[in-house]
Amino acid sequence: MSEFELKRISDYVWELPKRDEMRVPARIYGDRRIIDHLLGDIRKGKEWNALEQLKNVASLPGIVKVALALPDVHPGYGFPIGGVAAFDLEEGVVAMGGVGFDINCGVRTLKTPLTRQDVLARQEELAERLFRDIPAGLGSEGDIKLTLKEIDQVLLKGAKFALERGYGLPEDLEFTEERGCIEGCIPANVSQRAKERQFRQIGTLGSGNHYLEVQYVEEIYDEEAAKAYGLEKDQVLIAIHCGSRALGHQIGQDYLQELERASKKYGIPIRERELVCAPIRSPEGERYLSAVNCGINCALANRQTLAHLARKSFAAVFGLRPEEIQMLYDVGHNTAKIEVHEVDGQRKQVLVHRKGSTRAFGPGREESPPPYRAVGHPIFIGGTMGTWSYIMRGTEKGMREAFGSGIHGAGREMSRQKAKKQFRGEQLREELKQQGILVRGHSMAGLAEEAPGAYKDIEMVAEAAHNSGINQKVARLRPLVVIKG
Amino acid sequence: MPYEILDHEADAGIRGIGCTLEEAFAEAARAMFALQVELERVEPKEEVRVKCQADTLEGLFVAWLGELLFQRDLTGLVFSRFEVELNQQEGGSYRLSGRAWGEPLDPERHRAKVEVKAATYSGLKIGKTDDRYYAQCVVDL
Repeated sequence: MSEFELKRISDYVWELPKRDEMRVPARIYGDRRIIDHLLGDIRKGKEWNALEQLKNVASLPGIVKVALALPDVHPGYGFPIGGVAAFDLEEGVVAMGGVGFDINCGVRTLKTPLTRQDVLARQEELAERLFRDIPAGLGSEGDIKLTLKEIDQVLLKGAKFALERGYGLPEDLEFTEERGCIEGCIPANVSQRAKERQFRQIGTLGSGNHYLEVQYVEEIYDEEAAKAYGLEKDQVLIAIHCGSRALGHQIGQDYLQELERASKKYGIPIRERELVCAPIRSPEGERYLSAVNCGINCALANRQTLAHLARKSFAAVFGLRPEEIQMLYDVGHNTAKIEVHEVDGQRKQVLVHRKGSTRAFGPGREESPPPYRAVGHPIFIGGTMGTWSYIMRGTEKGMREAFGSGIHGAGREMSRQKAKKQFRGEQLREELKQQGILVRGHSMAGLAEEAPGAYKDIEMVAEAAHNSGINQKVARLRPLVVIKG
Repeated sequence: MPYEILDHEADAGIRGIGCTLEEAFAEAARAMFALQVELERVEPKEEVRVKCQADTLEGLFVAWLGELLFQRDLTGLVFSRFEVELNQQEGGSYRLSGRAWGEPLDPERHRAKVEVKAATYSGLKIGKTDDRYYAQCVVDL
């Protein structure tokens, strides 16, 4: 127990001081309940727990400043989910667990000119239409049929590839991270198998916690930011949560073995098998990072395509033209990116891993779209299908303390197995309907696993991030239609 | 049941149990597909053969499961029956040749559940208790 004695820095910030093999301290953002939950897992001797994972991350070579866990923290693979860690480019490592299997999983949010009342009038029709138009669930295939050669173009061009195929509007790119296409991709570093697995899956939602939601703005907290983002109360938004599908999964599966070998080769002490890594400046590390970039672009192409399909559904139901549905932003939450941050009073390039955490840049960063630069770019905190989602933004404090990172969701609290025993898909759907939320899912068991009761209280998570000052609440959203895989 | 689904906060653990290591590997594969479909509804009509190798037995186990996910996406099949043969090479590395039987996924008839994205090194353990072998890991959903 004493091994995990946490020092209270403030009501919302806790520290695990440097000890044993830790190279930097670890810091956890969260309120008392979040901390108690983490400590409870240690006490119970759980086989996988987030605090121990965070300590392992803090022990990796070349880590700078601090290993971070944000309020949506829960156990992951090697890294905790809700984990952030930055590494020196010369001495540091790239860790697979810091990116995960669903590379650049993220949320794209679009703004419609509709109000809640407009959607309520045709809610059933919209739900049916979206359910039909958005490929989702186990085994679903996408609209775009590609050859293996064309897959390389997806990996090189990202959202631009989808745009060239007529999916979306040119201005979408301005409001997408990396302007829709990250550099440093080498498709040859992605296995043929990954490409073979992917070529039917571009433009599919997937399953599990992925979703497409039609939401409305229920409350605005930050008028200035809401104005910059073009948000109004009662306005209807479309949120798309998905990632790089099978391509990303296979990159993870392939590099698990390669990085395991690299960890041994370079003598990196690995405290949890899944925390395999390679020096950033090694051939293995460089190969993996270029493959991750390919995965990032694949996810961007995917969300670009899904946004197009959603626009088509809205055109069919409400007669909206594509340009009447504008991008708010597209931001990933499973990435490793080279960014400039202040470390020991110096501005320097570091490799920032964000596993289940978004980039959340505060005011003044040129990576943000120009209209958002004065306030910081928006981030999307996906709630469960029965609760709120939040739009928040990056802050200066977050830039100083958390490498400009933010929370990404509620975080699970209950295992899927328990959730399935406790909830029934059909019943859940009926209950949500009573609350004015229409859910369409391809799997009733899948719905039960995603029951709102299986997640942490999103309000608690959002409040903790807000009160700690690393992220700022902008608006609260409520779902009207939910499409699940 | 010779396989178990283990509790995990975000995802799920799978454990195959058998009289031999080969059986434990095959049962773990059943566990992985049981998360995705109702196994008893999947008829073992079509056969797929897979081969993999790894430096360690644990690595081989994850590679085997990964290979089956690859085959799922490539062929559109889901599987309900498995056979595994294990060999240790002279240099110490391990090889597996396996067979999987199933049929094209029919989401409705097979009661499709959640998609397994990958097999992970998390919670990865292979061992023997009394006279039974087990092989387990967490899978990413």
